[in-house]
Amino acid sequence: MGRNRDAEYRSRVSGYYRQLMEQCQAHMDLMDNELPRAREDFGEVLKERGVTRRDFLKWTSAMTAALMLPPMFKPLVARAAENFSRLPVVWLHFAECTGCSEAFLRTSYPNVDDILLDTISLEYHETLMAAAGKQAEECLEKALADFPGKFVCVIEGAIPMGLNGQYLRLGPKGKTAIEIAKEVTSKAAATICIGSCSSFGNVQAANPNPTNAKGISDAIGIQTVNIAGCPPSPQNFVGTVLHFLMFGALPPTDNLGRPVWAYGKRIHDYCERRPHYDAGEYVEEWGDEGAKKGWCLYKMGCKGPYTYGNCAKVRFNDGTSWPIMAGHGCMGCTEPGFWDTMAPLEKPLTDKPIGGWGVTARIDKLGLALTAATAVGIGAHIIGTGAMNHGQPRKPESDDKADEGSHE
Amino acid sequence: MAQRIIVDPITRIEGHLRIEVELDEANTIKDAWSSITLWRGIETILKGRDPRDAPLMVQRFCGVCTYVHYEASILALEDAFGIRPPANARLVRNLIHAALYMTDHIMHFYHLHGLDWVDITKAITADPAKAEALARQYSDNPYNCAESHYRAVQKRLAKYVESGRLGPFANAYWGNGSYKLSPEANLVIVSHYLDALQVSKVGAQMMAIFGGKNPHPQTLVAGGITSAMDMLDAHRIGEYQFRLNQLKNFIETAYLPDLIMAAGAYKDEGLAGVGAGVKNYVCYGGFPLDDQWNKTLLPRGVVVNGDIANPQPLDEAKIAEEVTHSWYKGDKPLHPYEGTTDPEYTGYDANGNVKGDEKYTWCKGPTYDGQPFEVGPLARMVLGYAQGDERIKPLVDSTLQATGLPAAVLFSTLGRTAARGLETKLVADYTQNWINELIANIKAGDTRTWTRCDVPKSGKGRGMVEVPRGALGHWIVIEDHVISNYQAIVPSTWNCAPRNQEGKRGPYEESLIGTKLANADQPLEILRTIHSFDPCMACAVHIIRPDTDEIKQFRVL
Repeated sequence: MGRNRDAEYRSRVSGYYRQLMEQCQAHMDLMDNELPRAREDFGEVLKERGVTRRDFLKWTSAMTAALMLPPMFKPLVARAAENFSRLPVVWLHFAECTGCSEAFLRTSYPNVDDILLDTISLEYHETLMAAAGKQAEECLEKALADFPGKFVCVIEGAIPMGLNGQYLRLGPKGKTAIEIAKEVTSKAAATICIGSCSSFGNVQAANPNPTNAKGISDAIGIQTVNIAGCPPSPQNFVGTVLHFLMFGALPPTDNLGRPVWAYGKRIHDYCERRPHYDAGEYVEEWGDEGAKKGWCLYKMGCKGPYTYGNCAKVRFNDGTSWPIMAGHGCMGCTEPGFWDTMAPLEKPLTDKPIGGWGVTARIDKLGLALTAATAVGIGAHIIGTGAMNHGQPRKPESDDKADEGSHE
Repeated sequence: MAQRIIVDPITRIEGHLRIEVELDEANTIKDAWSSITLWRGIETILKGRDPRDAPLMVQRFCGVCTYVHYEASILALEDAFGIRPPANARLVRNLIHAALYMTDHIMHFYHLHGLDWVDITKAITADPAKAEALARQYSDNPYNCAESHYRAVQKRLAKYVESGRLGPFANAYWGNGSYKLSPEANLVIVSHYLDALQVSKVGAQMMAIFGGKNPHPQTLVAGGITSAMDMLDAHRIGEYQFRLNQLKNFIETAYLPDLIMAAGAYKDEGLAGVGAGVKNYVCYGGFPLDDQWNKTLLPRGVVVNGDIANPQPLDEAKIAEEVTHSWYKGDKPLHPYEGTTDPEYTGYDANGNVKGDEKYTWCKGPTYDGQPFEVGPLARMVLGYAQGDERIKPLVDSTLQATGLPAAVLFSTLGRTAARGLETKLVADYTQNWINELIANIKAGDTRTWTRCDVPKSGKGRGMVEVPRGALGHWIVIEDHVISNYQAIVPSTWNCAPRNQEGKRGPYEESLIGTKLANADQPLEILRTIHSFDPCMACAVHIIRPDTDEIKQFRVL
């Protein structure tokens, strides 16, 4: 791209961004009055954890870029970070394994993502809270009463729809997961699905899906933002919450509800082993010379070419590693129905010996989903489309992935 | 008049558990029932799949005990395929698993179980100078110990309380008469509660170095491991070593001293045997010290009825699951290879209580020789002690000596919690040997990470291993190259088991009998004992059947 075209582009969008910034500022002023006061001084917390002002600014730049915002938004990202702990959060667990909570609570150190997750204002979270039984339920009721329309509902886990939802009943009143999800999300400012269970159903929804488990959006017909992955990178959650704090709306998503800023690109295109794919250098069996040299894992069943996510970039556990670095290959865990569409996990997709479940249909469906996701990915720079009514009933025309998670 | 108490949800555990107890007039527990309230059905989903897909799938039983089902399933496959992984793969697996043990136990003690012993609100009234002096009584160089630091922690807590928004600390049982620690002891342990949040992240990174990520590592395959590049990289081994030292430091200067301090305050409970339970213990052996699993760091065997003078060898044929009180059809105990899962839901009674004489949980009832058995760190320490294990016996003896308590104190809630701490030290200390062995192997030119293998047309195999919460077994049957049956008996299934055929209570249930509640509205003592097992419900309810039309009236209350 030439210098002139670059300048032209900048002048064309600067007006748009200036307007967006004003919106953002106005929204944050409003939030300053509305959010409960902070429990802890954010600056002090950073200092306590050994994060310098310079580290924080570096993080702000990186986060601003990751969110696909221009650099002038950096101060606003910083301001949103300071408000992070003021946002009341109700975190629900349904049919799941708590891996996402684990991922979020023992992420990296001492970086800012992690500190934000530690300071999050959890009003209800079964794995962590001290109260139990009746007293736990009171916490939930109190959060709904104290912060109506203001808290963010985070959901971990799928909803078993079979038996009218009675595979999972919770609390002293024995409510079904369906009832609880409807009640809480209807009062939430927004609903964020953490992980592939709440996003798309995940493992319990794999064929033959004995409990008819579904992701939240499919189960109760609301629009959610889906932080897919099993588990996903915590940064994808942090960025999504920051976006919410800045604009009062969740970030733009692809047609599967995944934030484009985090899930807009293919694993394969950012993979550190990609040059070996291009050079035709493959691991041919586990533990061979190629494995020791870090060659491409496509022939060992890596699903990076079919999977959207930023794993290659952000990695896991403070950038320690990620599955492809560990020599295993990607299994496609950010994609709906991956246990079926990507199986067998240790073989390339062209070579699928599982009998009886309509292999061709699966490949077609996968192809369609990928095409659609790419289309969204390309046109995805528009942050202003934030008015998505999260937590409100979904419009019928956006209901284009009704059976994506269920593979009948 | 007898009073029923229902605690649902039990929080600070993985998953969805209900405990129902019957109290007498003096608030003493006369009877108890544990009931699991969620089904997910992963084993049904496994049927018909490529066996090599099972390990990654069953890992999703649980994200708290991440990795363990992955490894057990891989071991079952290797048994079915008739192969063993090379030494390097065994060592790398031990390194990943060791990091999990340390991380999981630390997190359990502070974040899941700690608040049953520690009253956070009392910490605010402590004298920070006295707290420093107290910490120094239990360690030469206590972790993060300074009057100024304790003062800062106190300030942070006070702000929390003043804000009126306690978040996860809200509405708990603060001030309950059953909390026994001094304000200063509370403050020291609370400060480590915060430190442990950071430390457990270091442990997760250790798992990720060779495992790709945590939770849910992605590096094991039948026959070996895939992280050959990391294993051959001296820098990666160094990254692991550095973090191991950090964890060991925390274990030596925070976890164990805090445990000893708490044991002093709660020793009367321990001596009275509160929370003892069934006193039958079974272990499968864990952390192989050689490629044939002839020697393991964690013991294999059985102790019956608390008889530590007569430990017995493990007979795998005696393991069975029965469904007398579980919502499944069946009239006789079955070995996991033959296991069936036909649901027969009978609901709760008209008052919303469990039908204790009939079926009342989705949890099956594993038995050994027909009897309920406890699994977990206490089982391992009791068995190792009974076997005179060269590492476990001296570790237990020296701790008993330091606290001046008799061996009988092991059979209690306190003993269960202490056993977990001792085991953490055992594993942390031994891990260095695996690093050394791995380096020696690579230096000698052995860089093998995988044993060649393929899926047989038919076969069966089992993977049995000790994991942080106890004995874990996976059993797989392969027909026509795909999975035809898959059963897992996980630690929480053993511990959460309902009554057996003879009406003998399961481990959770039995451990609650005779416990007196200080306040019937605050089931603190129930939580303390149940948490001491480190329950993990997602693991325990992996069995679902699709043909459930007959289950019509499902009420939990």
